Amino acid sequence: MNLILFTFIVLLGFTSYYFGRKKAYTIQSTKKRLTALPQFYGYYLAIWCAIPAFIIFSLWAIFEPTIVKLLILSDYSNQGYLDDELNLLYEKSKALSRGQFTGEITPFIEASAEKYLSLRSIAQSSKVVIVLSAIIASVAYAYKRISSNSRTREPVEKFLNAVLFTASLAAILTTVGIVFSLIFQTIDFFKVIPLFDFVFGTHWYPAKAFVRDSSEVLDPTMYSDTFGAVPIFAGTFFIAFIAMCVAIPIGLMSGIYLAEYASTKVRQYAKPLIEILAGIPTVVYGFFAALTVGPFLKELGTSMGLEVSAESALAAGGVMGIMIIPFISSLSDDVITSVPQSLRDGSYAMGATKSETIKRVIFPAALPGIVGSILLGVSRAIGETMIVVMASGLAANLTLNPLESTSTITAQIVVILIGDQAFGDPKTQAAFALGMSLFLVTLCLNIVALRVVKKYREKYE
Amino acid sequence: MNKNKEQLLNKRYKAEQRFRLYGLSAIFMALLFLTIFIFKIFSTGYSAFQKTWLIVPVTFDAELMMLDQNPSKEDLQDADYYDIALKSMADLDPNANEDQENELKRMVSYFFEKEIKNELLNDPNLIGKTKEVYLTASDDLDQVFKGNYPRDLPEDQRRVSDYQLKIFDQLVANGKVESKFNISFFTNADSREAELAGIASSFMGSIFSILVCLMIAFPVAVLAAIYLEEFAPKNRFTDFIEVNINNLAAVPSIVFGLLGLGVLLAIFQLPRSTPLVGGITLSLMTLPTIIIAARASLKAVPPSIREAALAMGASRMQTTMHHTVPLSMPGTLSGTIIGLAQALGETAPLILIGMVAFVNTIPGSPMDPAASLPVQIYIWAESAERGFVEKVSACIMVLLGFLIIMNLFAQIIRHKFEKKWS
Repeated sequence: MNLILFTFIVLLGFTSYYFGRKKAYTIQSTKKRLTALPQFYGYYLAIWCAIPAFIIFSLWAIFEPTIVKLLILSDYSNQGYLDDELNLLYEKSKALSRGQFTGEITPFIEASAEKYLSLRSIAQSSKVVIVLSAIIASVAYAYKRISSNSRTREPVEKFLNAVLFTASLAAILTTVGIVFSLIFQTIDFFKVIPLFDFVFGTHWYPAKAFVRDSSEVLDPTMYSDTFGAVPIFAGTFFIAFIAMCVAIPIGLMSGIYLAEYASTKVRQYAKPLIEILAGIPTVVYGFFAALTVGPFLKELGTSMGLEVSAESALAAGGVMGIMIIPFISSLSDDVITSVPQSLRDGSYAMGATKSETIKRVIFPAALPGIVGSILLGVSRAIGETMIVVMASGLAANLTLNPLESTSTITAQIVVILIGDQAFGDPKTQAAFALGMSLFLVTLCLNIVALRVVKKYREKYE
Repeated sequence: MNKNKEQLLNKRYKAEQRFRLYGLSAIFMALLFLTIFIFKIFSTGYSAFQKTWLIVPVTFDAELMMLDQNPSKEDLQDADYYDIALKSMADLDPNANEDQENELKRMVSYFFEKEIKNELLNDPNLIGKTKEVYLTASDDLDQVFKGNYPRDLPEDQRRVSDYQLKIFDQLVANGKVESKFNISFFTNADSREAELAGIASSFMGSIFSILVCLMIAFPVAVLAAIYLEEFAPKNRFTDFIEVNINNLAAVPSIVFGLLGLGVLLAIFQLPRSTPLVGGITLSLMTLPTIIIAARASLKAVPPSIREAALAMGASRMQTTMHHTVPLSMPGTLSGTIIGLAQALGETAPLILIGMVAFVNTIPGSPMDPAASLPVQIYIWAESAERGFVEKVSACIMVLLGFLIIMNLFAQIIRHKFEKKWS
């Protein structure tokens, strides 16, 4: 229904464009000068068609559900229902009207469902009538208004500019959306669990916090010793550390080799090949770590008399390190190539070998950029999810032994939120609180890294 | 003195060579990982494209199927096939006792009744006759035939009994086991039974998510890039937008999943587990990637183009829309495709918005619950059955295939259509 209406409005828009342009041609044929190209007259009318349609559509989308709900629930007012019960009634009648209801059907609900359907159809048809009449009225008004000396290009361009500006706000809106979705749940979480317990507690057993009955009084002591995030944070940084132990030497050395030693031919093939590693989906790495690397390390450990968990931090961290190699190698390659040739020439003139030049001149000069790329790599490692979910343990375990299993922030979020979630339950909120800390940590790392890299670029450009 | 100098020089040259070797071995290591990786996936996955069939003689006994003389099409639809299906399996070993008959039944998929039914529906003249019908082997026997099954385990640790193996070996010896290209892997939806599970539903889920993502992210990102690159005044607000974009590009994907869960599902009440929500979430994620690519390619259009258009009396908007943007399109498009390829491989945010639900139907629209290819990999990787291991690898091969095609496509667009200004 909405789709048909939408298509129809788009057609109307094209028609208005056509009429606007036609009117411009007519004016032109009377030997009068136009103030803008004829198509701007068309665009002008099309905009007059789009704006009212957009406004009415959004008004309907915002108010229709609320009004329908109010009208339906007015039947039940003064009958002593609680708000929650009323909401449930409304949801039930909605489900029934869609034929998705599976509970006991009472006459009340049936009546409400019928009313719901009739209200919806009234709303739909009134929407169609109002939208179409508004469009026709506004286009007719604009059509009458345009004449040889009316300005059409400026309003059209202003409108376009406004559209462009709105689109550029999408990035801000996304950030706001992220903060918004995280912050309320996080605040609710810290109302139940003291911040101190979360940051310094050493026991993490979210499974203990089962779903409560909403009528039950909150008992904070029930959750003491349940949401201590220290093992999670420790595990996250530990796995990230292992990953960086793999990624930094290999990534940095290949970046240096590609930038300083490799012939153009080698570079041409080796660079994209290494970058393939960055394009492989992380779930594939996770599968590889869980199925191949984990059991392999376990067997290796057993043959050496060590006890290695099949879900060891080493397996997850190592594979994660492989994933991060290309980030570090590409970025440090770029950074090293942008070190001015004069520095190299000066060093060679003093008789230094190539490796001495790299170690003593180029590396210190490129250091800020390299640090920036490493920080971006760390931020990747901390935020990486699928490898840890699939290859490392899911039980939080405070340990510094890479052969045991640990868990990370991201893995815990997935563990808690997989399946059905009950909003308002401390366990669900805990996932959002973890998400908030993840967001903040990576945000800081990113800002610092981006700033360092930017400063560095400015220095040599 | 001289000797000392020479020693020192030698030492320095050695250090030089060592350093070079470190670099070379680092690259070698990275490429080695890549090779092991791809080799491992292919060597475990290629066998999933083959499927094992048992060829079993089936007697279409009208009496057992409760059919009258000259049955109509509807009669054939409603007939009882279970008994003849059971009987034909039991007939594989005339001396079987009841337990063994049960084991015989479990040598094929639970779909066998339907396969026999389809055979008859295709050729109603078969009633009263016997025909050899291809039945899907159970996933364990499938693995046995492919040589992936540890047959030497003690019997109580295997899901395949010695009896089943014996009958199976007889069938193999008689040439009654055949391996054919596994079409159902591409046409079936997910299933709890490894031998029947396919990627059709997750594939469609991926396609729908990517389409939704493209439809939202591409226009918004291109418009935003045009504004920021061509029109935005240089002030603090513009800087703020830029900082936001750069940050979003580095925010962990799982945070976008939380955004989808907390805003799209909880506040806007969009339907759970659907590619619609998945696509919107992914579009927010790809937005910064496309904006950055589009801005770079707008920046690469030389100012002389703009100046020429302005000098001819075009307005700034006309200059941008008629000249700069079309010239920047190849770069923007290839950046978009690369962003979409990233989105296609993304798993974590989709898990959070519920696209891990078990879906055994093929979704017909973005509003139907579905999984996506990477999520399917996750679901199968978490399953215990041996038959799923090769399915996971095969699914990975399909996914990687798509990613390679998309990246090649992006390269082609870039090289074929991009103008080099110099």
